[in-house]
Amino acid sequence: MSIPLDYETLRIIWWLLLATLIAGFAIMDGFDLGVAAQLLLVARTENERRVVINSIGPVWEGNQVWFILGGGAVFAAFPLLYATAFSGFYAAMFLVLLTFIVRPVGFDFRSKVNDPRWRQIWDVALSVAGAVAALLFGVAVGNLFLGVPFHFTDEMRLVYEGGLIGLLRPFALLCGIGSVAMLLMHGAGWLLLKTDGMVAVRARRVLMVSAAALVALFALGGLWLISSVDGFVITSVVDPSAPSNPLLKEVVQQHGAWLLTFSQHHWAILAPVLGFAGPLLALLLAWRHRGAWCLLASAVGILGIIFTAGLTLYPFMLPSDTDPSASLTIWDASSSQMTLFIMLVAVIIFLPIILAYTSWVFSIMRGKVTAAYIEENKHSLY
Amino acid sequence: MTDLDPVVLSRIQFGLTALYHFLFVPLTLGLSFILAIMESVYVMSGRPIWRDMTKFWGKLFGINFAMGVATGITMEFQFGTNWAYYSHYVGDIFGVPLAIEGLMAFFLESTLVGLFFFGWNRMSKVQHVAVTWLVAIASNLSALWILIANGWMQNPVGAHFNFQTLRMEVTSMAAVIFNPVAQAKFVHTVSAGYVVGAVFVLAISSYYLIRNRHVAFAKRSFAVAASFGLASALSVVVLGDESGYLTTAHQKMKLAAIEAEWQTEPAPASFTVFGIPDTQQQTTHDAIRVPWMLGLIATRSLDTPVEGIDDLVLHAELRIRDGIEAYKALAALHVNPNDADARALLNQHADNLGYALLLRAQGVDPLKATYPDIERAARSTIPPVGLMFWSFRVMVGLGFLFIFLFAFAFYVSAKQSFDKHRRFLTFAALCLPLPWIAAELGWVVAEVGRQPWVIEGVLPTGLGVSSVSGGDVLGSLIGFILFYSTLAVVDVYLMIRYAKLGPEAVLGGQTAYEPAARKGAE
Repeated sequence: MSIPLDYETLRIIWWLLLATLIAGFAIMDGFDLGVAAQLLLVARTENERRVVINSIGPVWEGNQVWFILGGGAVFAAFPLLYATAFSGFYAAMFLVLLTFIVRPVGFDFRSKVNDPRWRQIWDVALSVAGAVAALLFGVAVGNLFLGVPFHFTDEMRLVYEGGLIGLLRPFALLCGIGSVAMLLMHGAGWLLLKTDGMVAVRARRVLMVSAAALVALFALGGLWLISSVDGFVITSVVDPSAPSNPLLKEVVQQHGAWLLTFSQHHWAILAPVLGFAGPLLALLLAWRHRGAWCLLASAVGILGIIFTAGLTLYPFMLPSDTDPSASLTIWDASSSQMTLFIMLVAVIIFLPIILAYTSWVFSIMRGKVTAAYIEENKHSLY
Repeated sequence: MTDLDPVVLSRIQFGLTALYHFLFVPLTLGLSFILAIMESVYVMSGRPIWRDMTKFWGKLFGINFAMGVATGITMEFQFGTNWAYYSHYVGDIFGVPLAIEGLMAFFLESTLVGLFFFGWNRMSKVQHVAVTWLVAIASNLSALWILIANGWMQNPVGAHFNFQTLRMEVTSMAAVIFNPVAQAKFVHTVSAGYVVGAVFVLAISSYYLIRNRHVAFAKRSFAVAASFGLASALSVVVLGDESGYLTTAHQKMKLAAIEAEWQTEPAPASFTVFGIPDTQQQTTHDAIRVPWMLGLIATRSLDTPVEGIDDLVLHAELRIRDGIEAYKALAALHVNPNDADARALLNQHADNLGYALLLRAQGVDPLKATYPDIERAARSTIPPVGLMFWSFRVMVGLGFLFIFLFAFAFYVSAKQSFDKHRRFLTFAALCLPLPWIAAELGWVVAEVGRQPWVIEGVLPTGLGVSSVSGGDVLGSLIGFILFYSTLAVVDVYLMIRYAKLGPEAVLGGQTAYEPAARKGAE
């Protein structure tokens, strides 16, 4: 079979798709992670807790598939990245898995027993799971800029030299906190759209504080990156259509290299601009009591922030600080040309269908979740 | 902590988390169709009792579904965390069905399942029943893609080794998708899931009937379970036979281990109904054999022999020797990638490269392997015979038991003679755990029987592991055991509590049929 797209184009398309899937995950599953994380903050009474949980009740399950699909897509399109990232971040990944295992059972089991202690345990578990997941994702992304300690043997066996503690570097922690602020803002935006009463009043406060914190942390992170995080740059000749083998290039760490994309392609600056504009707009809208639009502004901000991270790293996906030449880039960590093409066809067919039925579900479940609604449907809701 | 072997620990972790996940998956597969059938009756007949049946069994479905999703997440990422070399080596092929599963099936299932639970008053009846059917179909499509991935591990078609990337790459995705092993496994596995769902509904309904509770509700549920279960139990045996027939062609060693066939018998081979396999002496004690039967089942002929373990080990030895040639060529290409002779040599012997890796899995450099090393590696291709032999027999025995169970239940339901057969109802209620045992043993037969390979003939399990420390894996293993055990307790507690409460209490006294039942209308 001849493949109608060349290898280089396919690799760039898949880089874009991967960034889109991650942004899709952060926007869709992000609000229900953020909602769960602020459950104890915005909801004090039993009825308020159920309002908050049921606001995401019908949709969180589908949203979570963005995470699973992201995993599957990395496996299929960038197997070496899948292998390196998840085995390298072994303990961190185990914690992430625990937080994602708690959520389905937490949502489903919580209201099935009418005992305040039982429900309190699940509320705390859901809340901690949401916050920890947000933190770990941010820490992981932060580590990408610093590089993580791994190399390959001659037969392409990965050797990782770090551990969980090694990931908790100051810059990475800053990214982690930024990620928590981002998802809290986004979750609060959802609650402003879907709830009323005291829950909405408290969510508005959460949104304003977290949006302001996010702007500050995004700016601080940027300054830190520019001033004292050395970027990575490929110094050997790159053949973007060569077979995927990360052992054939040379890479060095260089001050300022993380800004190359932005100096070479001025349009790329749009990403950080959106990254600032989104949360600022959300803050303004909340302040002016236009809560229903906050979610959209926050989603734009998330899109901008994730593309800022992706463009900064481009063409790197996972740099190694102990053996920079072993770093994974989009040119040498991808699947074969045929697999990338087949997967692209699958995405072109199914992604529009997914978006169509997801919108249908959201439109059927539109409207606010109120205290009265919870009372009326005690037995059928979460 | 130095002698903690990450391979052993990762295998234990994968086995436990997969077996645990597979407690919930079959029930989702079966119960989702039973819900769709019940709701369709509601939409067509307009009788509210069928809506209540859908809602009540739907509650139990929800508890199970949450566990299935929670434990499935682990599976999607565990290839990366614990089997990094495997992921690198075969991700180009294996990742594709996993990703398509997400795109095509799991997304649909998870997005619509929210509407199943929360959408009752927001959609027309027809829209809602369509959602229920789509959830059922999507969960089955999910199984299709997972079994395409798994089928490729058993019969790796449509791929070749690329020395430039040092991994397997796809040559024909059509061959991977239409892999006969995958197709046979899919239909066998989903029908096993339908049996699990049907026994679940049948057993709980029987329990209500014994107690004279929710009688109208239970009789109808019983009838649905009996008919759906009978069709499924028959398919599971027929399709299992097809799966066995394909095993003959593609995984001869697995078949020989299942049958404890130590030596090749003259055709047609006899079938060992009972016996005690002895791996040390390579024989089966106290065997009871039925002449001809294995030959007929496995080869569907009277003159094709079924190869025994001894011949298969010799065959493996030859392939290891051939594989060493491929390994030598690969070593030469590492020094000089443009060595044309080495390329030709690799192409010639590439099919057996995996067999040379068996030596690596034993800690031996294939370039320096001695005769005893090769012999030992060849013997390592024998999976645990006793476990295979018994797992298979118990699974098949249960399969036939389910046919009897559903056939009789169908009779009782058709005659409406529940009162005359109270002892049968007790038996049916006690059958509740059996389909899970059968399903788990089916997993054991399929996956333990694949050992020592993670990809049959391509990559030995021991080499697929990540370079993580034994201590790390032990930590996550203990974490999973503690966490999953807690969830198991909670899950069983909720299931029993909701089953005991029964439909009126669970649906908040809003059932339509309750007043009628009280008046004794049934």
